[in-house]
Amino acid sequence: MKKTAVSFLLLLALAGCSSSTSWGWYVIDPRNKSGWINIKFLVSGMGSTIQISLIAAFISIVLGLIVVLPGLSSRWYLRMISRVYVEFVRSIPLLPMLFWVFYGLPLIFKSLGLDIPVDPFWGAIITLAVSDSAFTAEIYRAGIQSIPKGQTEAAQTIGLRYPQTMRYVVLPQAVRLILPPLANQFIYIVKMSAFASVIGMQELTRRANELVVSEYRPLEIYSLLIVEYLVLVLIISAGVRWLERRMSAGERH
Amino acid sequence: MKDLPAKDVAIELIGVNKWFGDFHVLKNINLIVGAGEKVVICGPSGSGKSTVVRCINRLEAHQKGTIRVDGIELTNDPKSIHDIRAEVGMVFQQFNLFPHLTVLQNLTLGPMKARGLSRKDAEKTARLYLERVKIPEQADKRPAQLSGGQQQRVAIARSLCMEPKVMLFDEPTSALDPEMISEVLDVMVELALEGMTMVVVTHEMGFARKVADKMVFMDAGEIVEQGPPDQFFGAPKSERCQKFLSQILQH
Repeated sequence: MKKTAVSFLLLLALAGCSSSTSWGWYVIDPRNKSGWINIKFLVSGMGSTIQISLIAAFISIVLGLIVVLPGLSSRWYLRMISRVYVEFVRSIPLLPMLFWVFYGLPLIFKSLGLDIPVDPFWGAIITLAVSDSAFTAEIYRAGIQSIPKGQTEAAQTIGLRYPQTMRYVVLPQAVRLILPPLANQFIYIVKMSAFASVIGMQELTRRANELVVSEYRPLEIYSLLIVEYLVLVLIISAGVRWLERRMSAGERH
Repeated sequence: MKDLPAKDVAIELIGVNKWFGDFHVLKNINLIVGAGEKVVICGPSGSGKSTVVRCINRLEAHQKGTIRVDGIELTNDPKSIHDIRAEVGMVFQQFNLFPHLTVLQNLTLGPMKARGLSRKDAEKTARLYLERVKIPEQADKRPAQLSGGQQQRVAIARSLCMEPKVMLFDEPTSALDPEMISEVLDVMVELALEGMTMVVVTHEMGFARKVADKMVFMDAGEIVEQGPPDQFFGAPKSERCQKFLSQILQH
């Protein structure tokens, strides 16, 4: 009895491990018709991935700034708010947070008497933006705090108020330090957007998963998925390098 | 001029005390600066002389005592701080120019954003003061392209653009190469001759002899001695002051 149970489990495990012992690149070979259809199907998720990542990154950049400002205050309780947010948010793994936003938020809204549905698109964006905002806040903080204290003091002595000091003196100098790690963070968002597939968002990873189910060629299909993300990330990197060059050119004037 | 008692009081420090944690940096500071008066503060490093100056415009907060500038008492009220800063200019040891702005933009930022002047008016004033500190031709450069002496003169012009009643100088020549010290001191002497009220922390005793109405010697957070320069340099009363003067005037 015990023996048959063990061999049955072993069989299951083996069956799950691999579909075959040889490559099957035909599934994504553009030279045959079904391969080309598959490729088109896979690449069609690109638009959603870009959309989700861009909107999430934008929200995270704004949210991070809102979170970091109380963190720079001289009042301890304001700093505490920022601290607690950062520590709390960045410690939540993405997957549980995604479930919480997608399944939990509508329940909370309902108990408040609100009827706000959360669809996969916005569920993914909210999750990515919130979870990333803790990191962008930290990036801002590091950048802002690396501007010498003398700069704020000089701004104060010529009559600038705190928001003006930030706007005209500190942030323009901090941007140069903030931009590279922020770009890094954007790349991270693009990759983490793959998690949106688990709540049914039709993006790159979801498409790949669906094709794997019908074609049963995970290795080849996921290889193409890797290439798709690689292309996206390379484009972002090139864009950021262009931006950095332009900014340093402005500095030399 | 030096013998006349000042008619109006510009700055008043009465029983000012300050602590950094447990460290008592300022002990019972009493100092009166009349309008138009030039006060030079000297003393060994760590004696609290910079802290005194930084308390006058609230870059540091004092914990006990009263500070009044032009009749306005300095309190925790942001309005009093802002009002006082509007009357007090400051020049730092490290210049603290804004590196991302041109010289001209450094000078117009305060007048435009804090005073609401138009760009045209602000630039007109700025060029006037650049002329006064003798570097009108550097207006469109960035601070990093200037020498230390030029940067400090820009910093002085930046303060003057706000048309302050009082100018504070916190060791303005200490970060400069020796050959650039005199160009900065010249500008300061001119400013003094024009009647600006000045509080200067410096070890430049030649400058002090030339312009000071009052000398202040600080040590270990206290004002040990204050008086007119003749008496101060000629016959210092306290032993600590004698020792300090003999050390810095030796060469």
